[in-house]
Amino acid sequence: MVIHPSTVRCDSFTLESGATLTPVEVAYQTYGVLNGARSNAILILHAFSGDAHAAGISQETGKPGWWDNMIGPGKAFDTDLYYVICTNVLGGCRGTTGPSSPDPATGKPYAMSFPVITIRDMVRLQKRVTDSLGIERLLAAAGGSMGGMQALEWAVSFPQGVAAAIPIATTARHTAQQIAFNEVGRQAVLADPDWNNGDYYGGTPPARGLAVARMVGHITYMSDESMREKFGRKLRSREKKGYDFSGDFEVENYLRYRGSEFVNRFDANSYLYITKAMDLFDLSNGSLSLASIFEKVTARFLVISFTSDWLYPSYQSQEIVRALRGRNCDVAYCELPSNHGHDAFLVDVAEQSDLVRGFLASTFSRETR
Amino acid sequence: MSATHEPRRGPFVRELLGRSDYAIIGDIVEPGTRVLDLGCGEGELLQWLAENKNVDARGIEIVAAKVRGAISRGVSAYQGDIEDGLEDYPDQAFDYIILSQTLQETRRPLKVLREMLRVGRRAIVAFPNFGHWSVRASMLLSGGAPRNKLFPHDWYDSPNIHFLTVHDFESLALKEGLTIEKRYFLAGHRRVAMFPNLTAEVAVFLVRR
Repeated sequence: MVIHPSTVRCDSFTLESGATLTPVEVAYQTYGVLNGARSNAILILHAFSGDAHAAGISQETGKPGWWDNMIGPGKAFDTDLYYVICTNVLGGCRGTTGPSSPDPATGKPYAMSFPVITIRDMVRLQKRVTDSLGIERLLAAAGGSMGGMQALEWAVSFPQGVAAAIPIATTARHTAQQIAFNEVGRQAVLADPDWNNGDYYGGTPPARGLAVARMVGHITYMSDESMREKFGRKLRSREKKGYDFSGDFEVENYLRYRGSEFVNRFDANSYLYITKAMDLFDLSNGSLSLASIFEKVTARFLVISFTSDWLYPSYQSQEIVRALRGRNCDVAYCELPSNHGHDAFLVDVAEQSDLVRGFLASTFSRETR
Repeated sequence: MSATHEPRRGPFVRELLGRSDYAIIGDIVEPGTRVLDLGCGEGELLQWLAENKNVDARGIEIVAAKVRGAISRGVSAYQGDIEDGLEDYPDQAFDYIILSQTLQETRRPLKVLREMLRVGRRAIVAFPNFGHWSVRASMLLSGGAPRNKLFPHDWYDSPNIHFLTVHDFESLALKEGLTIEKRYFLAGHRRVAMFPNLTAEVAVFLVRR
């Protein structure tokens, strides 16, 4: 499959907070071919630590995209039928403008002078990209976790701009527990002396703090069962316990590896800004009920949750589904069995693929009827 | 074309998706309407209605594997219990609410029926007739809970918990002030008219408030 990486530049972009970024660049990739009617475009929305490389093998790194098992010829998001787009989110560090990008006013990275961004800002910027590609109406906006928040926001912010939304393993707003885990991650970054009030570019990044933040994150992405299956109490390359703190258990080794690996590809300030955007996200705008938010929504919905996902438990998806039913919106919902916890939407894709494939096919036939 | 065009004239009803009651339901539903099927299984009927009658087809199904099947075939189904799954819907959200061979399995059939007629303008209710002569004969002769083609389960593992007859349903409709717009009585693939409470294996009613 051919990957088309590209960048869109917006001279000026005003955020929900009122701040303006001049300019903003957005990195994106596309797969498949846009049809003549421009009616087969699907926007894939990445989760917290993802990027625009959703599918195919990167020429640069040799690695497959983060949802390569879902996107490609004959796969759920079938690139023989659909034109698939994935952008790196605003505030990210993988080609789209974020805190590590140079501030044109100073020539130095924004760092903590970067304005606070929201999920709605990310979505409005994505709309700029799809507009620039000449796409008035997406066939679908789809994503898991933070990607699911964006899919919901697409349906609400652009009722005519998207025919279907596929929010997976997500929520309409973070609970105290979800905010709490994010805050632990942020505090780990802030507590690292190398963070230096965000001004570490060109120096030593807060690698230890960011690695700890990622370790906490990984625990929340797995489940008790999947951790037991994967690690149990297995000891790491030694016969007996070491009676020291070098790491006896396989699970310790794994978390350390995932933490240090993350530091090489992610910016600590982006971690702060993007987790904050997730915590601020509230589809219901605080006081209003969810159902009233869906008043103008015309999109169909496919909502998916997973049995063992305790970070974004099924009741949060069901809350969205109930609100949509209250407005008599067209919504399909299924809780899929999995023991992979929140990671299920990335790894347990067989049944998820069947749902997405059928849902997209019927949406496409309605749109082109 | 559909196999359901003339179930009203001849004595025989053709099958739709292997079922005569589906053929009747397929005939009742007007094109271009909004339909909610309670206990939609893998969505075969809804898919047929969407493709052949251009209806806006939705379903509720409690068995997760069946919901997956329904969504995979493009039907907007969601996993839920029909006993309380209707409460979120606004009044008169659908033209038809279908309940096929499930009323006798619900815990609170009257509540379900009332909710159906709150959420839908019309209800299509199909159920096996407990008054059929073979059921009566089975009980009379064996002295045990009836077991036959219509009710094949042992009493202890039957999903049916509220048995009803054609007569029972008509009495309830009268008591609830419902209008029965259409009634169909089936024995195998035959429509029956005489003594339906005795001769009908399956009854299909179209009712409204």
